[in-house]
Amino acid sequence: MIVKKVANVSEALQGVQDNMTFMFGGFGLSGIAENSIAELVKIGVSGLTCISNNAGVDDFGLGLLLQQKQIKKMISSYVGENDEFERQMLTGELEVDLIPQGTLAERCRAAQAGIPAFYTPAGYGTEVAEGKETRDFNGKMHLLEYAFKADFGFVKAWKGDTAGNLIFKGTARNFNPNMCGAAKITVAEVEELVPAGELDPNQIHIPGILVNRIFQGEVYEKRIEQRTVRQRD
Amino acid sequence: MLDKNGIAKRIAKEVKDGYYVNLGIGIPTLVANYVRNDIEVEFQSENGVLGMGPFPFEGEEDADVINAGKQTITTLPGASFFDSATSFSMIRGQHVDLTILGAMEVAENGDIANWKIPGKMVKGMGGAMDLVASAENIIVAMMHTNKKGESKLLKKCSLPLTGVGCVKKIVTNMAVLEVTKNGFKLLERAPGVSVDDIKNATEGVLLVEGEIPEMVL
Repeated sequence: MIVKKVANVSEALQGVQDNMTFMFGGFGLSGIAENSIAELVKIGVSGLTCISNNAGVDDFGLGLLLQQKQIKKMISSYVGENDEFERQMLTGELEVDLIPQGTLAERCRAAQAGIPAFYTPAGYGTEVAEGKETRDFNGKMHLLEYAFKADFGFVKAWKGDTAGNLIFKGTARNFNPNMCGAAKITVAEVEELVPAGELDPNQIHIPGILVNRIFQGEVYEKRIEQRTVRQRD
Repeated sequence: MLDKNGIAKRIAKEVKDGYYVNLGIGIPTLVANYVRNDIEVEFQSENGVLGMGPFPFEGEEDADVINAGKQTITTLPGASFFDSATSFSMIRGQHVDLTILGAMEVAENGDIANWKIPGKMVKGMGGAMDLVASAENIIVAMMHTNKKGESKLLKKCSLPLTGVGCVKKIVTNMAVLEVTKNGFKLLERAPGVSVDDIKNATEGVLLVEGEIPEMVL
């Protein structure tokens, strides 16, 4: 068995440097790599380009990196649940590239799958299409979009084993599986790390080949962004 | 004239047995409350769930189970979770039968603008561009006019587009309209609203053929 387990978050993040491009899994605050983000704040790397569907909130998620002005550029589909983000964007301190959510997911998947580029209809005829190659397939126009290139991918799963196999839970899955193996180094953090052999191979969502380093996160806050409930009758 | 719930109630009639439906944020979310309970429908949320149920009871919220609006939700029997690329495969691959979304503007050729107001904070398009570019069956749920009383059904959109020539049907607080080659075809009037009221509130070409029935809610 090839062992992907590392001792802790600090070992998992060996090699991160200023000006790198990182991928972060998560949708809103659900399924974000909380421990890796906290460690990046601690290390203090800056000039980062971050590929992530969202940008966190003021005091959690990628908002923590924004607060410390560690991010140079965000590539996202939906942002701005975050005052500091808005401030940095309006003053031009932060560069923001907004792209359609499905295109973002597919650019991750393409990087994972070794597909350099693909055509999608999303964004045709809009400002997203500016400067992009277009092509007609079956009477419908499409845009050429490229696979992402990133140095590190930080993903979060529910359970994992020492071989790097991952199982996700609920909608915390989101972009995480698509980012595995999509960057030069994939760092997976899990709520529960078990010895190889304990997870049923039939239930694995992402095989360990797509993960370079795995560790069990020390703490998970798992903050809820919009707590909505219904009344009991 | 309808309120937001009235619009949702009318749109719910467009939801048919066996449909997989994607609901946008705002009025579209309300549609789920009015779908007949003698038909089988599954709601998809683009963050990776099919078979969405109602909000959880207090104390049963799960940070790992949310919808695209980041609200805590529950799932129904038959539900499934999946990754974002698979979610957009369902959308782009036209496996979702009906997409209901809000809009700031719709043009008479079916163009839609709903993601950006220049000069204001831009939050992003989320999944809207993927949805409108691929869905076969798109219904827009919106008020007929904006807060200033200006028409949102235009000859040409003034705001940055989300998609081109994609809207098929629009349900507003005043009317049900179909987008045709020649403009907005008026199909139904809201209770208490006249054809003239609708004409006055519509900037784009409005096609009125014969008697226009009042909506049945």
